[in-house]
Amino acid sequence: MSSNAKHLHSIDAGHYKNTAGHETEVMPIPDVVKISMSQHIGAPCQPQVKKGDEVKVGQIIGDTEAFVSAPIHSSVSGKVTGIETQRNAMGGNDTLVVIETDKKQEPAEDIKVPEITDLASFVAATRASGLVGLGGASFPTHIKFNPKNRDEVKSLIINGAECEPFITSDHRTMLEDAQNVIDGALAVMKYLELDDCYIGIEDNKKDAIANFNKLFKEQGISNIHTFELQARYPKGAERVLIYEVTGKHCPAGVLPADLGVIVSNVTSIAFLGQYLKDGVPLTKKRMTVDGDAVSQPKNIIAPIGTQIHDIVEFCGGYKEEPTKILMGGPMMGRAVFSDEMPVVKNNNAILAFSKKQAYIPEETACINCGRCHHACPFDLLPTAYADAWERKDAQALSDLQVMQCMECGSCSFVCPARRPLAFMNKLGKAMVKEAGIK
Amino acid sequence: MDKKTYYNNLTVSSSPHLVTALDTQKTMMMVLIALVPSLVMSVVVFGIRPVILTAVCMAASAFFEYAYNKFMKKTCTVQDLSACVTGAILAMNLPSNFPYWMAVIGCFTAIVIVKGIYGGLGRNIANPAIVGRIVLLLSFTTQMTTWPVTRQMATDATTGPTALGILSEIAKGKPGTLPSNMDLFLGFVGGSMGEVSAIAILIGGAFLMWKKIISPIIPVSFIASVFIFALVYYGVKGGDYNALQMAVFHVCAGGVMFGAFFCATDYVTSPIMNKGRLIFGIGCGVVTMVIRIWCNYPEGVSFAILFMNMMTPLIDKVVIKRTYGGAKKNEK
Repeated sequence: MSSNAKHLHSIDAGHYKNTAGHETEVMPIPDVVKISMSQHIGAPCQPQVKKGDEVKVGQIIGDTEAFVSAPIHSSVSGKVTGIETQRNAMGGNDTLVVIETDKKQEPAEDIKVPEITDLASFVAATRASGLVGLGGASFPTHIKFNPKNRDEVKSLIINGAECEPFITSDHRTMLEDAQNVIDGALAVMKYLELDDCYIGIEDNKKDAIANFNKLFKEQGISNIHTFELQARYPKGAERVLIYEVTGKHCPAGVLPADLGVIVSNVTSIAFLGQYLKDGVPLTKKRMTVDGDAVSQPKNIIAPIGTQIHDIVEFCGGYKEEPTKILMGGPMMGRAVFSDEMPVVKNNNAILAFSKKQAYIPEETACINCGRCHHACPFDLLPTAYADAWERKDAQALSDLQVMQCMECGSCSFVCPARRPLAFMNKLGKAMVKEAGIK
Repeated sequence: MDKKTYYNNLTVSSSPHLVTALDTQKTMMMVLIALVPSLVMSVVVFGIRPVILTAVCMAASAFFEYAYNKFMKKTCTVQDLSACVTGAILAMNLPSNFPYWMAVIGCFTAIVIVKGIYGGLGRNIANPAIVGRIVLLLSFTTQMTTWPVTRQMATDATTGPTALGILSEIAKGKPGTLPSNMDLFLGFVGGSMGEVSAIAILIGGAFLMWKKIISPIIPVSFIASVFIFALVYYGVKGGDYNALQMAVFHVCAGGVMFGAFFCATDYVTSPIMNKGRLIFGIGCGVVTMVIRIWCNYPEGVSFAILFMNMMTPLIDKVVIKRTYGGAKKNEK
């Protein structure tokens, strides 16, 4: 696993890393938090508390029996004032546990340092911590740590690429929390019996790379390496990162474990390192607050469930009226319709854009330039998907490999005709699923 | 801090929420900029008339685009500058003394018949400027093949044959001397306005490739296949010709350079994938040489490009089919 000379197609989406130099500030506890029961891929959790209950920090308030799931903990101490249903950004409904905080932040009695002796107890502790993929996918981490072909898995790849424009929270994690990243990585390697670990970092974060290398040297660590990536989008996409580090293609449907690697976000690993020391489950999150509608862009640590308007208020309020608010980065982040939405575990940024910054020009005719195809990391054909989708041809979509699309948005970004190609790819994928084509 | 303001009517759209600054209009602008060296060179060799003729063609094309959209009650698309690019490229394909009114007919053909009727930008099946040129060539053959001599040519005549015209005459057994390759490269030999100077075209083409407006695949494969075809043909044929010299001659003479960088690279009528572009470029080069050597016309670039335009949907289909296959590709 040395430097791989070949690269997948990528784009220059700009960086806008305005907050890279901003040290993380801890946000004061808001008056009210709303904790969503849908914070991971898979079945949502069921509330384990009811109106009127007193809760403490780290207490389980949502859980489910489903395999692909992770428990949800209270991020504050206070009183449950209701269980609400709120429409989410995807058009579905989320159950929210509303907690009025008492600002005392009393920890739950059962918080203790987890006792880990083997893989089984490590995986159990990971689930108990509520950890999900914090890079954005929110896949429950404990499932990732228990692959079926454990003997074949040799390496851990830590994703510190942070290729999304604007976001600097992973960068801050790597600078401020590097020791936890190392401790977490060593724990994963120990219990999964892995040989080595690579931390993929884009070369616009030289300070983070230098910081890790310094710590490795000081501590005599020889089996964790930093891996410099081109500072281009989307080098931090899991399947792209695997190719960049190992030189192996990872098409959709193939698990990273099938290629002998496990990929985890750097913030997830940093949390794990911390959790193994103090046993406090995932209740707070570092995130970047930016966008031209925010008065003071910052990196903050906020309790999970904090509503967006409380976060923006902590960042000096709105400078001008927001037209679009994103959870996540501008390339793959989700636009929310209300700033009353609470943050969830995998939020790594809140971006509030004014009318000017949110402006997307009107769509014009496709000129067949092929930029979408040549920008696609997997050499897919977005224009052909758009055509096939328009004529409702699910078979053609499937034959043209639309299911390989990871929705990175590079095609839409480069399109000179401003066609919403990534959106049409998503619709195309939904069409193939609906048609039941294998 | 006391008064909180909530926003509940935010714009919701699918990601990404950023787009590049390079839109269709800017792309077309780049092409116009890339044509400037050729225009300058044609002013150097022919005087001021090329500027007026180019301006007439651009204005006429923009007008036809506007009028067609208005007439068909479509959204106005003049601002995307694609009509201006078509007009400019058509002008570059004309002799510098070509009558203005005839040029306007060429613009009408290109914009209304070839582009508008098929559905506007992105829907035309052939390169509008190329078809405009071919229609003019067939309709006004005399005017289209009367080439003013360049100021640098040592002759008293006001018009003269092109380099390929001389070659064609020589092939028929008539006496003649071919111009030197250096004169062809610099542009001191008569021909269409944009075609005369290979060096000017290379500067424009290099600019387009540097700005990533065009990929080098089509121009390089087009020019390389012309070069290799001529090298092999004259090498096998032997006789008075120096094969290497003739290969350079065929690349620099006529419309190969201009066609390769500015006409064959038209997005709409060329394949989208790299393999397809390679096939397209090679096809253009081979057809050009077949026409030049074995057909009645001394020049074959526009017919070659038109022919390959017609092949483009087929090339795309085959290449896509071979690249993506069916659902089986993932199993490896």
